[in-house]
Amino acid sequence: MSHYYFIPHTKIDQILSYFKGNGYKCLAPRHLEGGISYAPISKAEDLPWGYVDEQKPGHYQITKTESPQAFGFTVPTASVKPMLFKAKETVWKVKRDDSGKLAFESVVDVEKIAVFGVRPCDLRGIEIQDRVFQHNSYNDIRYSKRRENQFIIAMNCGTSHFNCFCVALGDYPRADKGYDLALTEINAGFVAEIGSDKGRELLLYLEVDAATGAEVEHALNLIDNAAQMQHKQLPPIKEVEAKLMANLEHEAWDDVASRCLSCGSCTNSCPTCFCHTERDIPNVLGTETEHTREWDSCFSIDHSYTHGETYRENPKYRYRQWLTHKFSTWRDQFRTKGCVGCGRCVTWCPVKIDVVDEINTICK
Amino acid sequence: MLYTNDAYTPHEAEIVEFIKDHHDIFTIRLKFTDPELDSKYSFRPGQFNMIYFYGVGEVAISIVNDRDHQKGRFEHTIQVVGRVTKGMMKLQTGDKVGVRGPFGTSWPMAEAKGKDVVIVTGGLGNAPLVAATEEVLQNRNQYGKLRVIHGIKSQDWLIYQDMYERWHNSPDTKVMMATSAEDPVDNGKWEWKKGFVTAYIPELDIDFANSVVMTVGPEPMMLAVAKEFIKAGAKPDNVFVSLERSMKCAIGHCGHCQLGSQFICKDGAVYPYPACEKLLAVKGL
Ligand SMILES: Cc1cc2nc3c(=O)[nH]c(=O)nc-3n(C[C@H](O)[C@H](O)[C@H](O)COP(=O)(O)OP(=O)(O)OC[C@H]3O[C@@H](n4cnc5c(N)ncnc54)[C@H](O)[C@@H]3O)c2cc1C
Ligand code: SF4
Ligand code: SF4
Ligand code: FES
Repeated sequence: MSHYYFIPHTKIDQILSYFKGNGYKCLAPRHLEGGISYAPISKAEDLPWGYVDEQKPGHYQITKTESPQAFGFTVPTASVKPMLFKAKETVWKVKRDDSGKLAFESVVDVEKIAVFGVRPCDLRGIEIQDRVFQHNSYNDIRYSKRRENQFIIAMNCGTSHFNCFCVALGDYPRADKGYDLALTEINAGFVAEIGSDKGRELLLYLEVDAATGAEVEHALNLIDNAAQMQHKQLPPIKEVEAKLMANLEHEAWDDVASRCLSCGSCTNSCPTCFCHTERDIPNVLGTETEHTREWDSCFSIDHSYTHGETYRENPKYRYRQWLTHKFSTWRDQFRTKGCVGCGRCVTWCPVKIDVVDEINTICK
Repeated sequence: MLYTNDAYTPHEAEIVEFIKDHHDIFTIRLKFTDPELDSKYSFRPGQFNMIYFYGVGEVAISIVNDRDHQKGRFEHTIQVVGRVTKGMMKLQTGDKVGVRGPFGTSWPMAEAKGKDVVIVTGGLGNAPLVAATEEVLQNRNQYGKLRVIHGIKSQDWLIYQDMYERWHNSPDTKVMMATSAEDPVDNGKWEWKKGFVTAYIPELDIDFANSVVMTVGPEPMMLAVAKEFIKAGAKPDNVFVSLERSMKCAIGHCGHCQLGSQFICKDGAVYPYPACEKLLAVKGL
């Protein structure tokens, strides 16, 4: 029996009704406000049929084509990160009564979410965040519960954008683990692989046939094609990790700092960045406070503010923190790399700073 | 850490005593209101708690005392510097705060056994080393000489005076004080010097090669202390410092306390000197 199945496009609505029937809210890439972003979908028509994207340093554009594909674009504007680690959420509340007694209550807000179409880099991004919020000294129950209630349909790449560089990091534009179902879109449908029991159940429900040899070959060729489209090169990652830390005073840090605006677009769009701050939001009566967790960025001056000293006041220190964390110290912290090569930080940089170029300058 | 499955949410604790130590320094002595939590709670010298002040936020504060010594209480000495600590200054006995903890690494109490112990602190750096000092004193015969050196701006900033007196009068223990601003007045209890804590190091009557040094204060002070002790013969691995960086979560999730590869909140705050020597040498890391 083949390990590959074929799901025709005509079955997408059945997949969506399966999710609905099983209590999942389904999110998929959609054409919204000039970009392809994750949003709820209810029918196959909602998918961005025919859309392709162009991403270059500081540039993002989508175009509608005659292509019969729903997933002809590369990576959506944002990753899956905000579904698990929310940009802002209340983590606990505390009520105070007249006697001053404090009643704390953890807030765990979980939805069952099925994501239809997760690129392999974003899948690796989830795996990396699992190590931060779950497989760390402390587990975040909000993140963990969302993970348990997540259904992931991965979507292998048939094309890469100009800023993609997963291959230069030693990865490949094909999902290797961490999915329930992995699809590769060929003209009239998807070649599917099962990654979990949950994925198997969905396939059984769809009553699909095994994929033919030709369909599988077509799918694998498309993935190879996506890999070959990538042109960026980096030294082996372990070498990058060592060289960055050995060159903390390299003059290139000053050069990049003179261009960087410290806007935080890179950390905001990154699927792996986990920095956040916490804030209290009391009600006017003074009887209840919500304690929130909100994304923060090492590019903000407040990030290193400590009474007595702001350790990274200089933009050079902030850029260096970002780059060395993603491409070096992350390994010491989480036994993995901190970047998956999605290229978003390059696409969304208003002054076109390309992290790969910066690394190559420093590691020369 | 203590207890429950959610490391983010604090637990209610009651202030059983509020002590005003100085015009902007105070001590709160606490007890969890949940008796089960209170009986389970324990910490090691050098660890810290996150203390929550209603409606404003949480701050990282070292745990001052040795719990057994205080029988069911734990205390924090706090200096007013900003939003949260300013609000806390107005607390009173009977008021409630939130507490999460304990977090972080601890002083090397086991490794220090059989060795001379030197505690060197500056400013409010004495608070995080009270529990370690008390542990030595309560197990007095397991440790060598105990020397406590403390530096402050001016003499009237000295807190914990009764405690220092008790320590100074303990077996084979000496307290030494330094103040940089003025010529100190002899208080007839222990030695005072004008200058920095490091001034005492060359003349210490200890076996440097067989000593453990624990120091907390401003970073330049800790670095100077570490270098002086190593010069005098202490083993670099036997010199311990406690680092401070911005803290929001205390559990290695928020990223604020990073220094190189370290999360100070969970990999520190107590470090052997060689582990942080290189990190501290690079500005802005
Ligand atoms: C391990 C450790 C132990 C500490 N022990 C003590 C102690 O025993 N007594 C004491 O008075 N202080 C101690 N501090 C320092 C204390 O945490 C800060 O003074 C306090 O956070 C300042 O809060 P604020 O809101 O009043 O000040 P603001 O200047 O308004 O700071 C705003 C926020 O920034 C963060 N922040 C600012 N400065 C610091 C800092 N130095 N450390 C960590 N986070 C900071 C906090 O989240 C704080 O709420 C310790 C810090 C650490 C890291
Ligand atoms: S650092 Fe840039 S390329 Fe790497 S994962 Fe983050 S956004 Fe993507
Ligand atoms: S320190 Fe910077 S690079 Fe590292 S996770 Fe936080 S925001 Fe991302
Ligand atoms: S205080 Fe949040 S990671 Fe250390």
